Amino acid sequence: MSEKKLAIIATKGTLDWAYPPFILASTAAALGYETEIFFTFYGLQLLKKDLDLQVTSLGNPGMPMPMPMPVLIQALPGMQSMMTMMMKQKMKSKGVASLEELRELCQEAEVRLVACQMTVDLFEMDTKEFIDGVEYGGAATFFEFAGDSDICLYI
Amino acid sequence: MADFDRELDASGLNCPLPILRAKKTLADMESGQVLHIIATDPGSVKDFEAFAKQTGNELMSSGEEGGKFTFLIKKA
Repeated sequence: MSEKKLAIIATKGTLDWAYPPFILASTAAALGYETEIFFTFYGLQLLKKDLDLQVTSLGNPGMPMPMPMPVLIQALPGMQSMMTMMMKQKMKSKGVASLEELRELCQEAEVRLVACQMTVDLFEMDTKEFIDGVEYGGAATFFEFAGDSDICLYI
Repeated sequence: MADFDRELDASGLNCPLPILRAKKTLADMESGQVLHIIATDPGSVKDFEAFAKQTGNELMSSGEEGGKFTFLIKKA
């Protein structure tokens, strides 16, 4: 049986949207998939050693809130860090893995992590801030792997 | 209950951790050995079925006792 392949493009850099790429990649690897995640634009935040990802309900009316809150109140200073803290607490209490743990599991399972070189240059990001084991490449690098993939996801 | 060689308590852990821990534990086991898994995540019932089907490890039993889900998986 030849190995199946999963290719993921991770484009978002918020606490909530950081989960799908790492959950799917680590699970796929556990199921025997050869897996690659291509991090581009805000998704590059997921590669930083010190993850400081935030979540906000602004512009996201679907986010369940503990109490109804007018949008202008949600925009007040300190609200974003409060929501982030509450979300992290909730995840911990529900036994949801931390992103650091999921990312480590991905690396242990040899999921290839590829950073988009163009976005790194565009945002003048310091690659020393990224975890070890990240590869750098462009669109052609992505297609080299994705072209043979069985599943390809844009997140 | 059938005998098993190793036990994994994944109680309190949520998707995908029970699967990932099981995969890791199975990696240290010999072919034919049996892993007993305890989980509290209701999603793990379907997930372990799918895990077994896709990895070739045999799901020998799947049950529920007092809010806990238990599985026996034989390593392929």
